[in-house]
Amino acid sequence: MKRTLVALVENKPGVLNRVASLFRRRNFNIDSLTVGRTENPAISRMTIVVDADAEKIRTQLYKLVNVIQVQDVTEIPDVSRDLALIKVRVNSQTRGEVVQLCDIFRAHIVDATTDALIVEVTGDEDKITSMTELLRPIGILEMVRTGMVTMTRGEHVLSPNGYKPRPSGNGYRTNVL
Amino acid sequence: MKLTGAEIILECLLREGVDIMFGYPGGAILPTYDTMTKYPQLRHVLVRHEQGAAHMADGYARATGKVGVVIATSGPGATNLVTGIATAMLDSSPIVCITGQVPSAVIGSDAFQETDVTGVTLPVTKHNYLVYNVEELAYTIREAFHIARTGRPGPVLVDIPKDVQTAVTEFVYPEGPIELPGYRPPQRAAEEDIAAALALIESAERPLILAGHGVIMSGAGREVLQFAEMTQTPFALTLLGKGGLPETHPLSLGMMGMHGTGHANLAIQNADLLLAFGMRFDDRVTGNLKTYAPNAKKIHIDIDISEIHKNVRVDVPIVGDLKTVLGQLMPHVKPIEHKAWLGQIRDWMEDADERDIVNRDVGERLFAAHVIHDMWRATGGDAVVVTDVGQHQMWEAQYYPHQRPHTLLTSGGLGTMGFGMPAAIGAALGLGGPNVWAIVGDGGFQMTLPELGTAMQERAPVKIAIINNGFLGMVRQWQEFFYEERYNATPMHNPDFVKLAEAYGIPARRVTRREDVIPAIEWANSITDGPTLIDFVVETHDLVYPMVPAGADLHKMIRRPLPSDTAI
Ligand SMILES: Cc1ncc(C[n+]2csc(CCOP(=O)(O)OP(=O)(O)O)c2C)c(N)n1
Ligand SMILES: [Mg+2]
Repeated sequence: MKRTLVALVENKPGVLNRVASLFRRRNFNIDSLTVGRTENPAISRMTIVVDADAEKIRTQLYKLVNVIQVQDVTEIPDVSRDLALIKVRVNSQTRGEVVQLCDIFRAHIVDATTDALIVEVTGDEDKITSMTELLRPIGILEMVRTGMVTMTRGEHVLSPNGYKPRPSGNGYRTNVL
Repeated sequence: MKLTGAEIILECLLREGVDIMFGYPGGAILPTYDTMTKYPQLRHVLVRHEQGAAHMADGYARATGKVGVVIATSGPGATNLVTGIATAMLDSSPIVCITGQVPSAVIGSDAFQETDVTGVTLPVTKHNYLVYNVEELAYTIREAFHIARTGRPGPVLVDIPKDVQTAVTEFVYPEGPIELPGYRPPQRAAEEDIAAALALIESAERPLILAGHGVIMSGAGREVLQFAEMTQTPFALTLLGKGGLPETHPLSLGMMGMHGTGHANLAIQNADLLLAFGMRFDDRVTGNLKTYAPNAKKIHIDIDISEIHKNVRVDVPIVGDLKTVLGQLMPHVKPIEHKAWLGQIRDWMEDADERDIVNRDVGERLFAAHVIHDMWRATGGDAVVVTDVGQHQMWEAQYYPHQRPHTLLTSGGLGTMGFGMPAAIGAALGLGGPNVWAIVGDGGFQMTLPELGTAMQERAPVKIAIINNGFLGMVRQWQEFFYEERYNATPMHNPDFVKLAEAYGIPARRVTRREDVIPAIEWANSITDGPTLIDFVVETHDLVYPMVPAGADLHKMIRRPLPSDTAI
């Protein structure tokens, strides 16, 4: 069963590499991993979807000095979003079909030429998968997904306990890569 | 005070209490080497190969409990450290490696002697750093020592470009607390976990303590022993746990695992409660996990959360510092007796003495077990012994009972041949006394042999005992048991080790007969101001018994045949 982990990590060079290297050497299979900034510039947030022993991954992540907090949010009610851009080949007949599908899925057409449309669809895993399946017979030219980002509902938060980074020299680079 | 990066490195080392560092110079670290001339209070030991430096720092750390320091240049200097760093990583030994890096402006250009050292060492360090900015240097080194020595200790590497070593900045030593939001080693156990553990302890009829390296690193020997005595719980030791508890104690079952004692392994398989204290259920101690301790509830106390349920699912996991957790537990522990269980374990010892090679008449022949047994006698059982990897390592573990922590230093997790002699040099220089013995195989000794030069130059009071069986003995053993005696690539033609030592000006002897063993050891003990070497020429066709074949059930041991069954 797929499980979702959310991790807060220090926004420092090499952190993503450390996490990826850990997954590789411990032979953990990762479905998707996203990383991005948070309201605190010193902290980045990862959403990791795995089809593996999430508890093992969680405890292993704690071995990394730059990992602040990790939580398995699979059982907690949450909002999960994945964004896909799908470029579809269209002609005068199929164009309308795509527009209709976008209506049903509340997707947007963000670029249009005579031969192609780019569809932007946001939602959970299932929604994006069904959208893709419906567009496939029409003709997908290319596609990209951001991977899942997750936030638990209600007041529950993952908090780094008021962490502020130490002030540092002007050469201090913040870049999770 | 304005200082260069190189000066800041050395100032920080002094403030961390460093008095010795093991290293090898080269272009990218030269500014720091040049600056050492201003810091005579920091002793630098010039090794012969960087791997030796890493093992020396590791041996120093294991013997003294302090952080060992390594210094090396970029590229090949740093990559030569990798085996030593990985060795320290798997055995949780605190070392800090400082490596020079090419100037920051050319990083990424395949500059001369450039290697991505933080990339190469990422999986074998507890943490590592590439310092781009001299302003961050002091804080980074402080963090590095903190991370190396706290929690579950381990190696930390700090890679410092040459221009950062020469850059100048205002030096303010960061005195405040170290702010590492993602690094908070656990200390205390939750009260409900203590209660859960107590419930299991009180109801157990066949309990057994599995004592690992954590007992030594947490300094919890006294607490564990108190617990064992109070609850009359026998204990078995992992290889790295040896020394954590007095091994001649009546409750001691000796070592567990692949070459452990028969009764320790049978006790594990029949126990109804295992108390795993600072150990990690390595495959060398569990054998087949499917049949491991099938009837036992398990309490696991470890400081590293990722060890919990990693190999063996346990009933009461406690993440914390062993000494602290036992401090919480002990006030609630009531005296218990386990007479029947202890009697049962004694019965399992059966004919072990009769099978034991040291109790047999073997005529003229010299067995490694004799050498180590006699060494135990002639050193009062109180030497600091550093081993290499192979049969001799297991015989040391079997025939040299240790009483005090930090007295057996051995590469357990990685099983690194070549560890023994340099680690012993590091230990001898750290302890400053003449009580350090390296027990090495003829194979492994030759892997880091050039460090004889370091021992000579530094007059390290280390005694080197080569267990010379003319073979890569442990591999030969597997070939005998599992590969139908095809001894491919295991016989070794060795140099004259005595002459070799003498070429280095190191006093040396050869021993081939049992009666010469103790006199030779006493001779070595009489030399206290530098290294000595003894070449013990022992039986070639000897095997380490008992043996649990890799992956076999722990109770299915191959035992040494009885004298009536075979010549030897
Ligand atoms: C660096 C390294 N290479 C290979 C091995 C595999 N290995 C384990 S024990 C052993 C033989 C060791 O021979 P020796 O040093 O003579 O010790 P003995 O077993 O004969 O006591 C070998 C090759 C190892 N542990 N480490
Ligand atoms: Mg040998």
